Amino acid sequence: MHIKKFLKPKNFILCSFLFITACIDNAPLDSLSPAGPYARTIDELFWLTFWIAVVIFFIVQGALLFSVFYFKDSPEKPEPKQIHGNNFLEILWTIIPVIILASIAVPTVRTIFDLAREPEDALKIEVIGHQWWFEYKYPDYGITTANVLVIPADTPIRLEMWSNDVLHNYWVPKLNGKRYLVPGQKTYLNLHADNAEEFWAQCGEYCGLSHSKMRGRVLSLSQSDFDSWVINEQKNANTELIEGSLAYDGQQVYLNAGCTQCHVIGGVWDVQGERIAPNLTHFANRNVFAGAALKNNAENLTKWLANPAELKPGTFMPNLELTEEEIEALIVYLGTLK
Amino acid sequence: MTKIIEPKKSNIFSRPSSEKGIWSWVTTVDHKRIGIMYGYAAFFFLLIGGLEALLLRIQLSSPDNDFLTAAEYNAMFTMHGTTMIFLAIMPISAAFFNYLLPLQIGARDVAFPRLNALSFWIFIAGGLFLYSTFLFGTAGAPEGGYLAEEVSKLASAPNGGWFGYQPNAGLKYSPGTAMDYWAIGLQILGIASLVSAFNFITTILNMRTKGMRLMRMPVFTWMTFAVSFLLAFSLPIIAIALFFVTFDRQFGTTFFLTEGGGDPVLWQHLFWLFGHPEVYILILPAFGIVSEVLPTFSRKPLFGYPAIVFAGFGIAFIGFGVWAHHMFASAISPVAQAGFGLSTMIIAVPTGVKIFNWLGTIWGGRLTLNTPMLFALGFIGMFVIGGLSGVTHSVVPADTQQTDTYYIVAHFHYVLFGGALFGIFSGLYFWFPKVWGRMYNEQMGKIHFWLMIIGFNLTFGPMHWLGLQGQVRRTWVYAEETNLGFWNLIVTIGAFILAIATLVFMANWIYSRRKGDIAPFDPWDARTIEWSIPSPTPVWNFSKAPEVKSLDDFWHQKYGEDEDGRAVRKEGTDELLLQLEEEGLNPKEEIHLPSPSYFPVIMAFGLPFIGYAIIYKSIPLALIGVILLLIGGFGWGTEPLEEEFESSDEEKPENGMTKDYE
Repeated sequence: MHIKKFLKPKNFILCSFLFITACIDNAPLDSLSPAGPYARTIDELFWLTFWIAVVIFFIVQGALLFSVFYFKDSPEKPEPKQIHGNNFLEILWTIIPVIILASIAVPTVRTIFDLAREPEDALKIEVIGHQWWFEYKYPDYGITTANVLVIPADTPIRLEMWSNDVLHNYWVPKLNGKRYLVPGQKTYLNLHADNAEEFWAQCGEYCGLSHSKMRGRVLSLSQSDFDSWVINEQKNANTELIEGSLAYDGQQVYLNAGCTQCHVIGGVWDVQGERIAPNLTHFANRNVFAGAALKNNAENLTKWLANPAELKPGTFMPNLELTEEEIEALIVYLGTLK
Repeated sequence: MTKIIEPKKSNIFSRPSSEKGIWSWVTTVDHKRIGIMYGYAAFFFLLIGGLEALLLRIQLSSPDNDFLTAAEYNAMFTMHGTTMIFLAIMPISAAFFNYLLPLQIGARDVAFPRLNALSFWIFIAGGLFLYSTFLFGTAGAPEGGYLAEEVSKLASAPNGGWFGYQPNAGLKYSPGTAMDYWAIGLQILGIASLVSAFNFITTILNMRTKGMRLMRMPVFTWMTFAVSFLLAFSLPIIAIALFFVTFDRQFGTTFFLTEGGGDPVLWQHLFWLFGHPEVYILILPAFGIVSEVLPTFSRKPLFGYPAIVFAGFGIAFIGFGVWAHHMFASAISPVAQAGFGLSTMIIAVPTGVKIFNWLGTIWGGRLTLNTPMLFALGFIGMFVIGGLSGVTHSVVPADTQQTDTYYIVAHFHYVLFGGALFGIFSGLYFWFPKVWGRMYNEQMGKIHFWLMIIGFNLTFGPMHWLGLQGQVRRTWVYAEETNLGFWNLIVTIGAFILAIATLVFMANWIYSRRKGDIAPFDPWDARTIEWSIPSPTPVWNFSKAPEVKSLDDFWHQKYGEDEDGRAVRKEGTDELLLQLEEEGLNPKEEIHLPSPSYFPVIMAFGLPFIGYAIIYKSIPLALIGVILLLIGGFGWGTEPLEEEFESSDEEKPENGMTKDYE
């Protein structure tokens, strides 16, 4: 048990507010467990505001409850004094809130500009929102991937984002606040993870039927792991499959069932370029698929390939009416895409 | 007591004359009857909106639940928000405005009684039009997308959110007609609110009784005044934006479509430029109600009356300058973020002034803790929580973590449920005797209050935590691994407690309407002049126009102050009250009340036909709509101003009344 964590003032207070069950500190989208400098700045600002709010809360509710109990009607009480107001008090309770708010306003404005500034030597990554998955492009490395954003730890990241269809909202709670993805214009967000760790992401803005299932992962790797990841990603998929093997059959299914209309697997088909669906070149290296709503395992893939709309209503991936054998082969083939 | 006189039937556009039965209600222009109808209709929609919320809560009670499909869930949250805002809270406030405003300023009716009826019937027409989407509407996957099952009836409702963000709510991503029902339905409802806004502004400016100077008006009247201006200035913005949406969807324009040079962020600006004043449209009436209830049951005048009035207008004014705080994560610059963050902080100041003045009002009073007072006190407690979480949103970087999560859902339910709805319940109990002439049941009222405050905090309190733990709004399912299941279950339990509380309220209402104790006409020893007339309010309101000499005039008729400044009941007050009741029931002068009319309702029901005509591109439907509007408008303009009585003095009753109000 993380006794120290529990004793952190915020956890302690929240626990006393909200019983013990709530403080199991393992919510992957927890916005109160910052894991990088940007999220930490926001966290500090939140707690400053929170504590001020708590003080005001107790003053006001205390005055309210005190009045209710102390001034409650009883027969022996005389009629109250008819007080119509007090100008001094009016001025006082106008000015004091102004001063309190000013003390929040100054760090707020400073932080707004700090967070918006482009960090020096940042790694640039493009984030493109689709219904209902995030696509990532690394212009410096020529990599296109989906659902799992891989970043080097302890390095500032500059995300350049836009949407391919409707409004989306990119959110990695432990790394920074949210930023919209808008069709037709670019928005920016900085990330910075302290350590090598996996984070959850989620689309914040309602973006249609499967908004709930527009999730993501951010995988922060040590610099050396990240470098080898880049080298691997830059490679094409292995096309030298043994004829007659299940993987080979799967590749045939991939080529003939219509998958190539929307997907790309680097090196497998000569017509390359933009497609509307995730790039599958290194599919097996990603631990989630379908907008990070599903874990990448045979069971989920079987269900997904049998009828995608069952798992993700509104999806643009059709039910290709694949046979059980085809699905089995396809899954084996997808497993080779490392 | 009075004889019924048949109006002359010489004119083809004669005015209706039924006094009882359904037609008397359909054609009424009496502000009290319109107020009552507004109240019942709005409460009906409140129940529907509540049922939709219960469906949402059942779905969210456990992770990866499959009680609703995604399409159904999205339709339900869209309709829940739209219903609660436009069909429940706004019209319940309108019920209070209608019933009370003329009584509080000493008038016989509003300035334009037929416009008032028109406003109500347009609201009904708009509400029915919007809900007819469940019968006729269609919805589906975005162009090119697939669904595993047929779209159910429950899902054939608008599904783009009450905020209808573009381009998701556009034709490409929300095909079918459901979102058209939404856009046109809101357009129709907006007309209803605009009509009543101008009516109330005119009424307040022109119909005040002798001596009712502006700074002697009850705070509820002041807040009605502020809300009317908010409506008058904010609704045109959403009207234009909704026209753009309808044009985009129906006629191929591209106001909000990037591929045609449009801008989806423009919709956000337009929507929230309306949407934030809308928040104050919802909450200011409740501010007005508690500002009446607290002094009455504290037996003290409202502390800092001018400050409360000015703070109300300050909120209304600044309310137009904070809209982009709904968009802190959207495509706006850091400068805009800073500016709107600061303006949002500033609006906390007048809000705080109000809260402190309410506390000043109860401080040192003699508090009667009956149901309206409990709700008013509960209002302060809950609204403060909503206000404080609101301040955390003005801290822009923190808001980028909170926005679009359940933290926001918690915040605005503390403001609009714990605030607006608690205020409304306080008002419903407070004026119940005035409206019905009977007392509500106090025990049941208290049970209602305690169930509500427990259920409310159980429902919306944990949502703060859920939001900070990463539960995103408008999500039909959440993953088991997010560890959000436990508190979601608690929230669902809270929602059902709220449902039970509502049933208690309804039972109390139905019972007390029939069997409640007969109410004296001033049961609360109240302060404002609506309590100086009999309960239930006679159809003519005041048998003679009252003359007001001070703020809280009725109280000052009853009470003076001793040398310590304590209230002392004046001698002869009991006689005064008896005399007021006697006078109130038996007017001496001849009273002309506005005559009923068929035409507001005819005109109002022309609008949905035009709505259907736009959706289905149907000329016959358009013709029906236009003809109804024309008949309504022409009849309205040409019908006789009043019933023309047979000119026989003997038959004319002494007071000129043609009916004996039950």
